[in-house]
Amino acid sequence: MPKFAPEIEKPGNLFRAMTNKINIFKRISLFLIVLFTTFSAFAYEPIEKEKNNVVDPPETGKSTEEKSEKFNAGELIIDHITDSHEWHIAGHLALPLPIILYSSEKGLSVFLSNKFEGGEEYNGYKLQKNEIVAVDEDGVIDEKATAKLWDVSITKNVASMFVSIALMLWMFISVANKYKKNPGKAPKGMQSLLEPLIIFVRDDIAKSAIGEKKYKRYLPFLLTVFFFIWINNLLGLIPVLPGGANVTGNIAIGMTLAVMVFVITLLTANWNYWRHIIAMPGVPFGVLFILTPIEIFGMFLKPMVLMIRLFANMLAGHIIALSFFCLIFIFAEMNPAVGWGVSIFSVAFTIFMGMLELLVAFLQAYVFTLLSAMYFGSAIDEGHDPNNHVDDHATDRNF
Amino acid sequence: MELVKPAFGLIFWMCVSFGLILFILKKFAWKPVLNMLSEREESIQTALDAAEKAKTEMRLMKSDNERILNEARAERDALLKDAREIREKMISESKGLATKEGERMLKSARENIQNEKMAAISELKNQVAVLSIEIAEKILKAELSSDEKQKALVKNLLQDINLN
Repeated sequence: MPKFAPEIEKPGNLFRAMTNKINIFKRISLFLIVLFTTFSAFAYEPIEKEKNNVVDPPETGKSTEEKSEKFNAGELIIDHITDSHEWHIAGHLALPLPIILYSSEKGLSVFLSNKFEGGEEYNGYKLQKNEIVAVDEDGVIDEKATAKLWDVSITKNVASMFVSIALMLWMFISVANKYKKNPGKAPKGMQSLLEPLIIFVRDDIAKSAIGEKKYKRYLPFLLTVFFFIWINNLLGLIPVLPGGANVTGNIAIGMTLAVMVFVITLLTANWNYWRHIIAMPGVPFGVLFILTPIEIFGMFLKPMVLMIRLFANMLAGHIIALSFFCLIFIFAEMNPAVGWGVSIFSVAFTIFMGMLELLVAFLQAYVFTLLSAMYFGSAIDEGHDPNNHVDDHATDRNF
Repeated sequence: MELVKPAFGLIFWMCVSFGLILFILKKFAWKPVLNMLSEREESIQTALDAAEKAKTEMRLMKSDNERILNEARAERDALLKDAREIREKMISESKGLATKEGERMLKSARENIQNEKMAAISELKNQVAVLSIEIAEKILKAELSSDEKQKALVKNLLQDINLN
């Protein structure tokens, strides 16, 4: 009988580990929900006030003053989902971020964004509608110099990205060290949270889309992309300082990632891939005149779709969540009591959206990684099966 | 329009930081983690395989034992059968032999008896012949002891011939 005792205990341990894992997920999601719901209200309200009190430039003074009396939801939302040169904390408090500019005339100039506060000029530069422009001595915008200006400032998105990268480095290197320290042991703590995800990316994304033989080559990229998107998506859901930026919902991020996928696809593509694009085997010569342009177009379309999917999904989530909050202020403008009444529904909807966004955050990371893996897989496909090609496009349409 | 216009600075920092994190994670995180994962999977697989092998071996051993036992049993049965057969054979053989020997002995005894009987008969015959001759001699001697008797005899004999 004692011989069987450890076997009986094992499922118990497993169960405990699983509940632990669930607990971690629960805690994280609960944390996010609490953050989202409590701080969103605080975070948006002062900005709205700020908007009303803003000191407008004298030339447009009257008309904007009239306008600023009314709450402008569209402006507020756009303000929140676009990049910015400062990181808003609460009320009038904002973290100034470094501005790094390079122009062939003035060379490199580095300073903090609070130098621009109140629409001031600094060092021949001025912040206008979130964009840095070069100005001449009289304060008139110099279009020529602006066109030649390279702006590599640490904006809110860049800073948020740095936070996510620091987080990723800490998470994965500490986990890797744990693996090194006790090899062959059961995972613990953070390991047991990340290990299923790593195995998921390896087995269900890389192995299934690329194939048993060559997936190892792409796996580091796929893992990095997956966790980069996922963690940035999650950080985007937190409305206060460590997050609050809309990194993955910015087209530049999606574009860079998509270009990386495109370049890797082209660099690793085999002869079979090119043959299918340039002259699809088994197709009459005349049809190639139609098919080849389509294939070449498709080649560029795939990364475009990747970019737009990520960008649009994340952006839409942010816009919807913000819109629910704006409803409160729109109704409050009519009557404060109505505003309070609406706030109940708004908060409820925002909680719902927050939950949905948690899912979407994971889903988009998964979809992006899976499709990247599929493109890599199609690039190295040895191509005995003509259906593979059709499948590829079919899955593309599904998402 | 600002939404769909990718900012140069962001692309630049994205390339830099993503390249960096890809490089660092590839070297310091993914490599050890993936290696460890596959190692552990392998070790689990080997352990499972070993267990399976042990199980099959056990089963094989069990069936081997069974086989050996069966063989031993069969052998024992065969031995017993053989022994029984041998005994039977021996008994029947000796029985046959004894009968034969008896028969032979009986036959020779019978022959002996016959021989003895024949010898005795011939002996008796000889004895009777000798005795008869002696008696005849004695009678002849007595008959022919005087002349008168000899004459009477001749006369008798002659009478017989006359009669004829």
